[in-house]
Amino acid sequence: MTGPERAAETARAAAGKKIEARSPWRLAYERLRSDRSAKIAAGTILVIVLLAICAPVFAAITGHGPDQQFIGIGENASGGPVPPSGTFWFGTDSNGRDLFVRVLYGARVSLVVGVLATAISVALGTVFGLAAGYLGGFVDSLIARVIDVLLSIPLLLIAISVAYIWGPSIWLVIVIVGVLSFTYLARIVRGQVVALKEKEYIQAARALGAGPWRIMFTELLPNVMAQVIVYASLLIPLAILTEAALSFLGVGVPEPASDWGQMIDDASGYYQYGYWWYLFFPSAALLITTLAFNILGDSVRDAFDRRSAELFAREPS
Amino acid sequence: MTRFLLRRLAQAFGVLWAASAAVFLIFFAGPGPGQVARTFAGRLGTAARVAQVKHDFHLDQPLYLQYTHWAWNVLHGDLGYDYYKGEPVISVIAQAAPATISLVLGAAVLWICYGIFSGVVSAVKPRSLLDRGFTSAALFFYSMPAFVLGLSLIWLFAYKLSPVTTFFPFHGYVPLTVDPFGWFEHLILPWLTLALVTSATYTRLTRASMLDVIGEDYIRTARAKGMPERRVIMVHALRPSLTPVITQAGLDIGTALGGVIIIETVFGIPGLGWTVVQAINQQDLPVIVGIVVLAAAFVVLVNVLVDIGYALLDPRVRLH
Repeated sequence: MTGPERAAETARAAAGKKIEARSPWRLAYERLRSDRSAKIAAGTILVIVLLAICAPVFAAITGHGPDQQFIGIGENASGGPVPPSGTFWFGTDSNGRDLFVRVLYGARVSLVVGVLATAISVALGTVFGLAAGYLGGFVDSLIARVIDVLLSIPLLLIAISVAYIWGPSIWLVIVIVGVLSFTYLARIVRGQVVALKEKEYIQAARALGAGPWRIMFTELLPNVMAQVIVYASLLIPLAILTEAALSFLGVGVPEPASDWGQMIDDASGYYQYGYWWYLFFPSAALLITTLAFNILGDSVRDAFDRRSAELFAREPS
Repeated sequence: MTRFLLRRLAQAFGVLWAASAAVFLIFFAGPGPGQVARTFAGRLGTAARVAQVKHDFHLDQPLYLQYTHWAWNVLHGDLGYDYYKGEPVISVIAQAAPATISLVLGAAVLWICYGIFSGVVSAVKPRSLLDRGFTSAALFFYSMPAFVLGLSLIWLFAYKLSPVTTFFPFHGYVPLTVDPFGWFEHLILPWLTLALVTSATYTRLTRASMLDVIGEDYIRTARAKGMPERRVIMVHALRPSLTPVITQAGLDIGTALGGVIIIETVFGIPGLGWTVVQAINQQDLPVIVGIVVLAAAFVVLVNVLVDIGYALLDPRVRLH
């Protein structure tokens, strides 16, 4: 607990209220709830998720499908995109499709890739980190070397190479981003486990005859969970950025699926001729999403770790 | 120190060997020998030509022999032949490298200077207006996709403001040896883009490690004996707080080949990143493999250098 929190607790005791025991989880949750920027970021993410889920509803309201081309009304005299209007809220793209509907469908791709890729790397990172830290010896050095090798090739370079071999698809992007980014989490979890495994409660569990699996997953896992959650919340925006970069390079999510990176790639050939909206809306959507996740991730980290709040962040200690 | 050096080098060679095996498996064993032979033979390759290529490149032999032949060639500086351009891969890489080196080194100077400056200013007056400004900017640029920033800068400087004055060019590259001013002018926007998206980490890192150091006892001692605050910060606090920053700079320069792919594509700079994207669009396998192997070797080399530098600075590292 930090100074102000302790002061609040003392004030509560002086007022004759009961002092209750609170778990680190409860404390972190309460800190998050009183963090204004965390609430704004979480609200923004909620809106993005709702818009993504409701994309078909908006497609029905506007009467424009995501892949539907509007030859004539969706094009200007020279066949280029038309600006935002009552019919096309965000204007149209270079193929005469409704940009608003496509940006909404793009949110689905980004969120799905961000969440699933993070899930993969969290699973891999936790299991490898627990195994390396607790089992030690050969397993530890083997995992350390695998991580060294993965880190030796720049992530984007492996990703575009692998996408080149197997052909671009959304599932490949999820697997690539998920598998390539477990390395840091594995190192963090390993470090924690090495420190924790000498504690008395682990020795007690071992003395009672618990096997390595039981110790790793029921004794150690709950104690590294806070670190895992902090890291996962910071990994989601990174996964979204990597996916957008891959799609921008043409090796991510293929057409006709709407994807922000791919839209920005196409817009880069048009925006300089006055079609600013084509670049602006997908870019803004991408930036708002990554910004909201990063702000929330920072707040989650600060809520679990008061030291990082002092070193990195905004809150007075 | 000698023992540490030997152990570290042996480990580096191990990683390099494993990385080369991984690259080989991804590019050669993954698609299978038939597909690789067809890629090498080019789009118009006849069945006889494909068979010939398959034999010449030892693709008809077992996998471990294929790898041995390939690794042997790579070790002798032979990264293969680029059939698309009609020259050895090594000379394709040599032509593209100067542009990438100019881009990365120039941007690195910018991002390290800005990152350390903003981090120190933030740490000296935490929660001041400047600190909030720098920390928010760091968060903003950390969330910013490099291609969105690059395209926005082009839009602003090359199109939006161009009727007022003609700002710098935004596409292409002029070698330093041909025209130093043109080189500088063409690289301003790419440097700025790469530096801004990378500097965020440095602002945060410098701020955090500086705040950590300022809490140390010897800083209090320095202040207590009446040393001017400016000297306390610049001499006693800054130096120890730079070690994590230097490590990060080594890692970032090592993996820069990943980051420049986007920047070079946006600004049309014919460096290594641009070359690899071209190679992927043209299905030019030897060039892709060559650049990936080179990138891995470079990262491993930089990591060894960072570790040696660290061991020189801090003797405790040598024991681990």
